[in-house]
Amino acid sequence: MQTHTAKRVEIIIEAVMEERLTAALRKAGVTGFTVMPVLGGSGRSGQWTQEGEIGRARGMVNVACIIRPDRLDTLLDAAFEVVDRHIGVVSVVDCEVLRAERF
Amino acid sequence: MDGTLAIAANNLTSPIILFFILGVAAAFARSDLSIPEAVAKGLSIYLLLAIGFKGGVSVAGHGVDTTLVLSLLAGAVLSFALPVIAFALLRGITRLSVTDAAAVAGHYGSISIVTFVAASSVATSAGLSPEGYMVAVAAVMEAPAILSALWIIARFGTTSADMEEGLIREILLNGSIVLLVGSFFIGWATGDEGMQLIAPFIEEPFQGVLCLFLLDMGLVAGRGLREARSVLTAGLFAFGVLMPIIGAGVGAATGLLLGLSPGGVMLFMTLAASASYIAVPAAMRVALPEANPSIYLTLSLAVTFPFNLTLGIPIYLATSRALTGG
Repeated sequence: MQTHTAKRVEIIIEAVMEERLTAALRKAGVTGFTVMPVLGGSGRSGQWTQEGEIGRARGMVNVACIIRPDRLDTLLDAAFEVVDRHIGVVSVVDCEVLRAERF
Repeated sequence: MDGTLAIAANNLTSPIILFFILGVAAAFARSDLSIPEAVAKGLSIYLLLAIGFKGGVSVAGHGVDTTLVLSLLAGAVLSFALPVIAFALLRGITRLSVTDAAAVAGHYGSISIVTFVAASSVATSAGLSPEGYMVAVAAVMEAPAILSALWIIARFGTTSADMEEGLIREILLNGSIVLLVGSFFIGWATGDEGMQLIAPFIEEPFQGVLCLFLLDMGLVAGRGLREARSVLTAGLFAFGVLMPIIGAGVGAATGLLLGLSPGGVMLFMTLAASASYIAVPAAMRVALPEANPSIYLTLSLAVTFPFNLTLGIPIYLATSRALTGG
């Protein structure tokens, strides 16, 4: 089957920043993304878990999007403006997609 | 003194406190006991709805007077002022940076609604009838402290707070505030008739739900304390216990000046003594991301909250009775 090269960007960011990030992505023309809950983890601020938490201060979310390679810089610039001062991880990996016109 | 000890002993052996202690102990023992996030949120929604509704029904019964308006104003002023006292104390007895101290200070001007719920429960069990509008005072005290903390940063800090568009809206429309105030108004509008309709839902299960919720809070507090022991210096621990006592003192003076009932004074003390762990931490993560969340979450949730719950509330009850003769 024919596949096409794309970039998969994964942004793990504080839950309180989720809406700001997705708004910035939309503003940069990235309309397709998936937001996933994160159960817990460990980082520079120590270990954390979302179990039993009622506030959003400690939680993180994972925002993943797949885009055409030529749009990567625009997305990263938009994401960095939001993530810059906050706890978070941005990673980019190569991937293959079946329907290139959708990205 | 004997009276205070008796109240403290009663409080410490009540089911809600014992469930909280069970949660802390289970977290320390690394038990796999846990309350799922969605269940914890559901329990908190129930408690906010119940306490807001009951407060509204009480106001419907007693009517509106100038004390209500003055109490709301006093709550807002306290919420603005307490972070300034907390900031001065933190800078005096700890080595926190201006940013971390301002972030922590903001938590101590705002309130912990669970502490308020627990204090209301203790007050009622002790035969007191606090003013119903104290629920509205609690809602009013949630947000001003955040602005106060951001003012402290602007005045004394080297980093700038991120007062971006939408933050004020998020603070004011925080889900807890919307539900608490909304339920309060529904209770106020529907009065005793409304209460009769939903009493089986919000009266009978209340204590049981509070036990379950405090079990969860104990687990979260215990985990927080276990994981963040490294950030908790002696100075910070002292602050976490001293600041509620100072806040309670200011709250007592305010309640007496307002002429509140013994229960009202006790709840004002509790509100001024408690520290936020929902609205303010979220706002601080947005506005002051450089501040270390481990410090303010650990202090608020793992030091001040347990202190207020176990020792603070009985002390506030005994003090308000002594001061008002109630």
